[in-house]
Amino acid sequence: MTFRIAGPLAALSLALMAAAPASAATIEVTIKQLVFSPAQISVKPGDTIEWVNKDFVAHTATARDKSFDVQIPANGKGSLTVSKAGTFDYYCRFHPMMKGQLQVAAP
Amino acid sequence: MLFRVMTTDGLLIIGCAAANAQGAKPNDAQIAHIAYTAGNIDIQSAQLALEKSKNKDVRAFAQDMARDHKAVNDQALALVKKLNVTPQDNDTSKALVKQAAAEREKLSKLSGAAFDKAYAANELAFHETVDGALKDTLIPNAKNPELKDLLSTGLKIFQGHQEHAQMLVNELK
Repeated sequence: MTFRIAGPLAALSLALMAAAPASAATIEVTIKQLVFSPAQISVKPGDTIEWVNKDFVAHTATARDKSFDVQIPANGKGSLTVSKAGTFDYYCRFHPMMKGQLQVAAP
Repeated sequence: MLFRVMTTDGLLIIGCAAANAQGAKPNDAQIAHIAYTAGNIDIQSAQLALEKSKNKDVRAFAQDMARDHKAVNDQALALVKKLNVTPQDNDTSKALVKQAAAEREKLSKLSGAAFDKAYAANELAFHETVDGALKDTLIPNAKNPELKDLLSTGLKIFQGHQEHAQMLVNELK
Protein backbone atom coordinates (compact mmCIF):
# COMPACT_ATOMS: atom_id res chain seq x y z
CA MET A 1 0.00 0.00 0.00
CA THR A 2 2.67 2.47 1.10
CA PHE A 3 4.91 1.36 -1.73
CA ARG A 4 2.17 1.81 -4.31
CA ILE A 5 1.53 5.43 -3.23
CA ALA A 6 5.17 6.31 -2.88
CA GLY A 7 5.96 4.98 -6.36
CA PRO A 8 3.93 7.43 -8.45
CA LEU A 9 4.67 10.29 -6.03
CA ALA A 10 8.39 9.68 -6.27
CA ALA A 11 8.16 9.57 -10.03
CA LEU A 12 6.13 12.78 -10.03
CA SER A 13 8.58 14.66 -7.83
CA LEU A 14 11.45 13.51 -10.02
CA ALA A 15 9.56 14.80 -13.07
CA LEU A 16 8.98 18.15 -11.35
CA MET A 17 12.64 18.44 -10.45
CA ALA A 18 13.58 17.79 -14.04
CA ALA A 19 11.09 20.37 -15.34
CA ALA A 20 12.03 23.11 -12.87
CA PRO A 21 15.55 22.69 -11.59
CA ALA A 22 16.21 24.27 -8.21
CA SER A 23 18.74 26.56 -9.87
CA ALA A 24 16.18 28.34 -12.12
CA ALA A 25 16.84 32.05 -11.72
CA THR A 26 15.20 35.35 -12.54
CA ILE A 27 17.46 37.74 -14.38
CA GLU A 28 16.50 41.39 -14.49
CA VAL A 29 17.06 43.67 -17.46
CA THR A 30 16.38 47.35 -16.81
CA ILE A 31 15.11 49.68 -19.51
CA LYS A 32 15.94 53.31 -18.96
CA GLN A 33 16.15 56.12 -21.50
CA LEU A 34 15.45 53.60 -24.27
CA VAL A 35 18.39 51.35 -23.44
CA PHE A 36 18.33 47.67 -22.40
CA SER A 37 20.76 47.18 -19.53
CA PRO A 38 22.60 44.88 -19.51
CA ALA A 39 22.25 44.66 -23.26
CA GLN A 40 23.56 41.12 -23.30
CA ILE A 41 22.69 38.41 -20.79
CA SER A 42 23.51 34.72 -20.47
CA VAL A 43 20.85 32.44 -19.02
CA LYS A 44 19.93 28.76 -18.74
CA PRO A 45 16.78 27.00 -19.91
CA GLY A 46 14.17 27.40 -17.18
CA ASP A 47 15.44 30.86 -16.20
CA THR A 48 13.10 33.83 -16.36
CA ILE A 49 14.09 37.19 -17.79
CA GLU A 50 12.24 40.11 -16.31
CA TRP A 51 12.36 43.45 -18.13
CA VAL A 52 11.76 46.37 -15.79
CA ASN A 53 10.73 49.47 -17.73
CA LYS A 54 11.65 52.78 -16.08
CA ASP A 55 10.49 54.79 -19.12
CA PHE A 56 7.10 56.48 -19.45
CA VAL A 57 6.55 54.85 -22.85
CA ALA A 58 5.84 51.19 -23.55
CA HIS A 59 8.46 48.93 -25.10
CA THR A 60 8.73 45.37 -26.38
CA ALA A 61 11.42 42.71 -26.33
CA THR A 62 10.93 41.10 -29.71
CA ALA A 63 13.14 38.34 -31.06
CA ARG A 64 14.56 38.87 -34.55
CA ASP A 65 13.60 35.28 -35.32
CA LYS A 66 10.08 36.02 -33.98
CA SER A 67 10.40 33.29 -31.32
CA PHE A 68 9.21 35.71 -28.63
CA ASP A 69 7.49 39.07 -28.39
CA VAL A 70 7.22 40.40 -24.84
CA GLN A 71 5.09 43.48 -24.15
CA ILE A 72 6.59 45.79 -21.54
CA PRO A 73 4.16 48.51 -20.40
CA ALA A 74 5.30 52.03 -19.48
CA ASN A 75 6.73 51.97 -15.94
CA GLY A 76 5.87 48.26 -15.86
CA LYS A 77 7.35 44.83 -16.31
CA GLY A 78 7.37 42.03 -18.83
CA SER A 79 8.82 38.56 -18.44
CA LEU A 80 9.81 35.52 -20.42
CA THR A 81 10.81 32.03 -19.27
CA VAL A 82 13.26 30.56 -21.73
CA SER A 83 13.21 26.91 -22.71
CA LYS A 84 15.29 26.68 -25.86
CA ALA A 85 19.07 26.99 -26.05
CA GLY A 86 20.54 29.45 -28.53
CA THR A 87 21.47 33.06 -29.12
CA PHE A 88 18.55 35.40 -29.59
CA ASP A 89 18.93 38.96 -30.80
CA TYR A 90 16.00 41.07 -29.81
CA TYR A 91 14.82 44.66 -30.24
CA CYS A 92 11.94 46.97 -29.37
CA ARG A 93 9.30 47.02 -32.11
CA PHE A 94 8.30 50.57 -31.16
CA HIS A 95 11.84 51.97 -31.03
CA PRO A 96 13.89 49.62 -33.22
CA MET A 97 17.26 51.13 -32.29
CA MET A 98 16.83 49.50 -28.85
CA LYS A 99 18.72 46.23 -29.09
CA GLY A 100 19.57 43.35 -26.79
CA GLN A 101 20.83 39.81 -26.87
CA LEU A 102 19.86 36.70 -24.96
CA GLN A 103 22.27 33.79 -24.79
CA VAL A 104 20.60 30.62 -23.58
CA ALA A 105 23.15 27.95 -22.69
CA ALA A 106 22.53 24.30 -23.51
CA PRO A 107 21.00 22.53 -20.47
CA MET B 1 5.53 61.20 -57.88
CA LEU B 2 2.76 63.07 -56.13
CA PHE B 3 3.83 61.90 -52.70
CA ARG B 4 7.43 62.75 -53.37
CA VAL B 5 6.49 66.33 -54.13
CA MET B 6 4.37 66.47 -50.98
CA THR B 7 7.16 65.16 -48.82
CA THR B 8 9.71 67.60 -50.15
CA ASP B 9 7.18 70.34 -49.64
CA GLY B 10 6.56 69.33 -46.04
CA LEU B 11 10.23 69.07 -45.25
CA LEU B 12 10.98 72.53 -46.63
CA ILE B 13 8.25 74.32 -44.74
CA ILE B 14 8.86 72.63 -41.39
CA GLY B 15 12.57 73.18 -42.03
CA CYS B 16 11.87 76.90 -42.27
CA ALA B 17 9.89 76.76 -39.05
CA ALA B 18 12.85 75.20 -37.27
CA ALA B 19 15.15 77.84 -38.77
CA ASN B 20 12.88 80.55 -37.40
CA ALA B 21 13.18 79.05 -33.96
CA GLN B 22 16.94 79.10 -34.28
CA GLY B 23 17.10 82.72 -35.38
CA ALA B 24 14.81 83.90 -32.60
CA LYS B 25 16.37 81.82 -29.77
CA PRO B 26 13.11 80.51 -28.33
CA ASN B 27 12.56 80.74 -24.58
CA ASP B 28 11.42 77.81 -22.44
CA ALA B 29 7.72 78.72 -22.69
CA GLN B 30 8.02 78.78 -26.50
CA ILE B 31 10.11 75.60 -26.60
CA ALA B 32 7.48 73.77 -24.54
CA HIS B 33 4.80 75.06 -26.92
CA ILE B 34 6.70 73.95 -30.03
CA ALA B 35 7.40 70.47 -28.63
CA TYR B 36 3.80 70.02 -27.49
CA THR B 37 2.47 71.26 -30.84
CA ALA B 38 4.68 68.88 -32.79
CA GLY B 39 3.46 65.99 -30.64
CA ASN B 40 -0.16 66.97 -31.16
CA ILE B 41 0.33 67.17 -34.91
CA ASP B 42 1.64 63.63 -34.98
CA ILE B 43 -1.27 62.39 -32.86
CA GLN B 44 -3.68 63.98 -35.36
CA SER B 45 -1.83 62.37 -38.28
CA ALA B 46 -2.08 59.04 -36.49
CA GLN B 47 -5.82 59.52 -36.02
CA LEU B 48 -6.21 60.20 -39.73
CA ALA B 49 -4.22 57.05 -40.54
CA LEU B 50 -6.40 55.01 -38.19
CA GLU B 51 -9.50 56.35 -39.94
CA LYS B 52 -8.21 55.74 -43.44
CA SER B 53 -5.74 52.89 -43.53
CA LYS B 54 -6.50 49.18 -43.64
CA ASN B 55 -2.83 48.19 -43.69
CA LYS B 56 -1.91 46.28 -40.52
CA ASP B 57 1.62 47.70 -40.27
CA VAL B 58 0.49 51.27 -40.95
CA ARG B 59 -2.24 50.98 -38.31
CA ALA B 60 0.17 49.51 -35.77
CA PHE B 61 2.62 52.34 -36.45
CA ALA B 62 -0.12 54.95 -36.09
CA GLN B 63 -1.20 53.43 -32.77
CA ASP B 64 2.41 53.53 -31.55
CA MET B 65 2.68 57.20 -32.55
CA ALA B 66 -0.58 58.17 -30.85
CA ARG B 67 0.38 56.34 -27.65
CA ASP B 68 3.98 57.58 -27.41
CA HIS B 69 3.28 61.20 -28.33
CA LYS B 70 0.42 61.33 -25.85
CA ALA B 71 2.75 59.94 -23.17
CA VAL B 72 5.39 62.59 -23.94
CA ASN B 73 2.82 65.39 -24.07
CA ASP B 74 1.30 64.27 -20.77
CA GLN B 75 4.78 64.52 -19.23
CA ALA B 76 5.22 67.94 -20.80
CA LEU B 77 1.90 69.18 -19.43
CA ALA B 78 2.75 67.90 -15.95
CA LEU B 79 6.15 69.60 -16.14
CA VAL B 80 4.91 73.02 -17.25
CA LYS B 81 2.31 72.87 -14.49
CA LYS B 82 4.97 71.99 -11.94
CA LEU B 83 7.26 74.76 -13.20
CA ASN B 84 4.35 77.16 -13.39
CA VAL B 85 5.18 77.95 -17.01
CA THR B 86 2.48 78.84 -19.52
CA PRO B 87 3.44 77.51 -22.96
CA GLN B 88 3.69 80.45 -25.33
CA ASP B 89 2.48 80.35 -28.90
CA ASN B 90 5.05 81.53 -31.42
CA ASP B 91 5.83 81.71 -35.14
CA THR B 92 7.39 78.24 -35.22
CA SER B 93 4.35 76.63 -33.61
CA LYS B 94 2.05 78.57 -35.95
CA ALA B 95 4.06 77.48 -39.00
CA LEU B 96 3.99 73.87 -37.81
CA VAL B 97 0.22 73.93 -37.38
CA LYS B 98 -0.34 75.59 -40.75
CA GLN B 99 1.93 73.16 -42.52
CA ALA B 100 0.36 70.16 -40.80
CA ALA B 101 -3.12 71.28 -41.83
CA ALA B 102 -1.97 71.45 -45.45
CA GLU B 103 -0.41 67.98 -45.21
CA ARG B 104 -3.55 66.53 -43.67
CA GLU B 105 -5.61 68.09 -46.45
CA LYS B 106 -3.43 66.36 -49.06
CA LEU B 107 -3.40 63.06 -47.20
CA SER B 108 -7.16 63.07 -46.71
CA LYS B 109 -7.63 63.03 -50.50
CA LEU B 110 -5.63 59.82 -50.87
CA SER B 111 -6.70 56.28 -50.13
CA GLY B 112 -5.42 52.73 -50.09
CA ALA B 113 -1.76 52.12 -50.86
CA ALA B 114 -1.27 55.72 -52.03
CA PHE B 115 -2.38 56.98 -48.64
CA ASP B 116 -0.23 54.45 -46.76
CA LYS B 117 2.90 55.39 -48.69
CA ALA B 118 2.29 59.12 -48.35
CA TYR B 119 1.57 58.82 -44.62
CA ALA B 120 4.72 56.76 -44.03
CA ALA B 121 6.86 59.16 -46.08
CA ASN B 122 5.41 62.14 -44.22
CA GLU B 123 6.04 60.50 -40.87
CA LEU B 124 9.64 59.88 -41.80
CA ALA B 125 10.13 63.46 -42.99
CA PHE B 126 8.28 64.88 -39.99
CA HIS B 127 10.36 62.96 -37.46
CA GLU B 128 13.60 63.80 -39.27
CA THR B 129 12.72 67.46 -39.09
CA VAL B 130 11.45 67.43 -35.51
CA ASP B 131 14.47 65.42 -34.34
CA GLY B 132 16.76 67.90 -36.08
CA ALA B 133 14.97 70.86 -34.48
CA LEU B 134 15.14 69.23 -31.03
CA LYS B 135 18.81 68.42 -31.37
CA ASP B 136 20.01 71.68 -32.93
CA THR B 137 17.62 74.27 -31.55
CA LEU B 138 15.18 73.28 -28.82
CA ILE B 139 17.44 71.26 -26.49
CA PRO B 140 20.45 73.63 -26.71
CA ASN B 141 18.22 76.65 -25.99
CA ALA B 142 16.20 75.11 -23.14
CA LYS B 143 17.24 76.73 -19.85
CA ASN B 144 15.34 74.65 -17.30
CA PRO B 145 17.19 71.37 -16.65
CA GLU B 146 13.97 69.35 -16.27
CA LEU B 147 12.66 70.67 -19.57
CA LYS B 148 16.02 69.90 -21.19
CA ASP B 149 15.85 66.34 -19.77
CA LEU B 150 12.32 65.76 -21.02
CA LEU B 151 13.22 67.06 -24.48
CA SER B 152 16.28 64.79 -24.51
CA THR B 153 14.18 61.76 -23.59
CA GLY B 154 11.65 62.87 -26.21
CA LEU B 155 14.43 63.02 -28.80
CA LYS B 156 15.42 59.40 -28.06
CA ILE B 157 11.80 58.28 -28.37
CA PHE B 158 11.33 60.21 -31.62
CA GLN B 159 14.60 58.87 -33.04
CA GLY B 160 13.02 55.46 -32.42
CA HIS B 161 9.97 56.63 -34.36
CA GLN B 162 12.17 57.88 -37.17
CA GLU B 163 13.80 54.46 -37.51
CA HIS B 164 10.42 52.75 -37.25
CA ALA B 165 9.06 55.10 -39.96
CA GLN B 166 12.03 54.27 -42.18
CA MET B 167 11.24 50.56 -41.80
CA LEU B 168 7.61 51.24 -42.69
CA VAL B 169 8.60 53.25 -45.78
CA ASN B 170 10.86 50.38 -46.88
CA GLU B 171 8.12 47.78 -46.31
CA LEU B 172 5.58 49.75 -48.37
CA LYS B 173 7.88 50.15 -51.38
